[in-house]
Amino acid sequence: MITVDSLTRRYAGFTAVDNVSFTAQPGRVTGFLGPNGAGKSTTMRVMVGLTVPTSGSATIDGIRFADLPNPGLEVGVLLDASAQHAGRTGRETLTVAADTMGLPRTRVDEMLELVSLTPTEAKRRVRNYSLGMRQRLGIATALLGDPRVLILDEPANGLDPAGIRWMRDLLRSYADKGGTVLLSSHLLHEIEVIADDLVVIGNGKIVASGTKEELLAAAGTLARSTWPRDLAHALEQAGIASTLAGDGSVRTDADPAQVGAVALAAGIALTELRSAEGAGLEDMFLSLTADTQREGVAA
Amino acid sequence: MIATTVSPTTSTDASRSFPVREPARAIPITRLVKVELRKMFNTRSGFWMLVSIGILSLLATGAVIIFAPDNAVTYENFATAIGFPMSVILPMIAILGVTSEWSQRSGLTTFTLVPSRGRVINAKATATFLVGLVSMAVAFAVGALGNIVGSALAGVDTVWDVSLATAPQIVLGNLVGMAIGFTLGVVLRSSAAAIVGYFVVSLVLPGILALLAQVRDWFADLQPWIDWNYTQVNLFEGATDTAKEWAMLGSTTAIWIVLPLIVGLLFLRRSEVK
Repeated sequence: MITVDSLTRRYAGFTAVDNVSFTAQPGRVTGFLGPNGAGKSTTMRVMVGLTVPTSGSATIDGIRFADLPNPGLEVGVLLDASAQHAGRTGRETLTVAADTMGLPRTRVDEMLELVSLTPTEAKRRVRNYSLGMRQRLGIATALLGDPRVLILDEPANGLDPAGIRWMRDLLRSYADKGGTVLLSSHLLHEIEVIADDLVVIGNGKIVASGTKEELLAAAGTLARSTWPRDLAHALEQAGIASTLAGDGSVRTDADPAQVGAVALAAGIALTELRSAEGAGLEDMFLSLTADTQREGVAA
Repeated sequence: MIATTVSPTTSTDASRSFPVREPARAIPITRLVKVELRKMFNTRSGFWMLVSIGILSLLATGAVIIFAPDNAVTYENFATAIGFPMSVILPMIAILGVTSEWSQRSGLTTFTLVPSRGRVINAKATATFLVGLVSMAVAFAVGALGNIVGSALAGVDTVWDVSLATAPQIVLGNLVGMAIGFTLGVVLRSSAAAIVGYFVVSLVLPGILALLAQVRDWFADLQPWIDWNYTQVNLFEGATDTAKEWAMLGSTTAIWIVLPLIVGLLFLRRSEVK
């Protein structure tokens, strides 16, 4: 389990991470979301001891990362796939990590096979790797010590569709056998498919956290009718605020049962009625982080 | 450790749960030194550094055999010829061993696997020291071979004019150069800056200090206590004999190596690795 407690990191002039607290539970995939520069990477760097927090703490199963005797065997970390020595071959990169952790060299071959880097590719220097290959190498390094906790910053970056699917299955099985997975991503669809829990950060502060179901349920209801204006009017009469979207759908914070009852009472036939989950994560993300978006638009 | 017995098929098997492990043991320093030694030479630049030491030793030996007049075919001349390229390359190896973690950003992995940065730097220092010793041994051996072959070719007596007291001083001189490079690496944490820095303190600085000593009398007495090149050259010449000369070496070492290294380490341990 990863526990982040009142974590703050200040730089001269601004606060990158501001009193952030959350946990990532074993057996679950926790998605860490936020706009560019929101403090995701800084938070993750503090977790693994690369950045010293101004105040607060981050612990792995109750222990500070820096106090783990052999961290590679407990926590798999991938923060930046490009942060590898360009003049070293992929195989050497893994060999160095395996040697540091005290693992047998056979583990290197196993990992190369797991992330589908061929022996020829493994002999090439990292300088000649594509982003996707570096990502695979980084994931191999993270998994090398068979850790119980994974901390991955944008692991799907640069992977091809098959790679993304593979990655998703890998993380799912890791969580299913009791591992703790924390991953950040800008690919909201990716997070929506894989994450059990979500932590949303904006301007260094947590703006929302909870299970995916809880957070997306809060996104309300989407209804369609041949007469959307009448439906909106009927909802208003019933005291339910709603918005008429340009595509002819009606959105409201009320739950679907309420909306159905109102429509029935008003004699309006609905063509679609569902919780607004489908559009959910992106809308939720944009509205939650509206104040912190660079583009200055709300959802 | 359990992790060592896991096969690839089971490590991704969803049905398997994580075994209860015995608590992991701390990583021993000997292992870190071995890893750092490997890292010094398993990159392209590291590999060519190593190769160039061998090649330049042979070239320098060959040059002495071909160009030196017969009475100059002595062990000292071979040692000097080999020593010069060595005294340039060894500090570069020391610099890159440290700075590549930042310039190549591999430190992200290194300091995640070993969060104690002091231990990593310690391992790097030990590895650098070992490389220095082995390289010097190779240089002396190649020089000796050159001396035997050279004197035979020239038909003169083989002259062994490097005393057993001088040899350790030459080794120490090279280790001082490596330590300066290592210190610059720790303080600057950038390959380009540290290499430029090394040439400034080893080529530009001595000229300035020598000039200052010429025009200011009070500095002439002070220079040997401040100028690390001065004491290093004395080592290369095997001329560090008296207690005062050793004290001078101690003084320049404190000023240029010990002090900056301590300050650099303090910053390095707190700094952010990005």
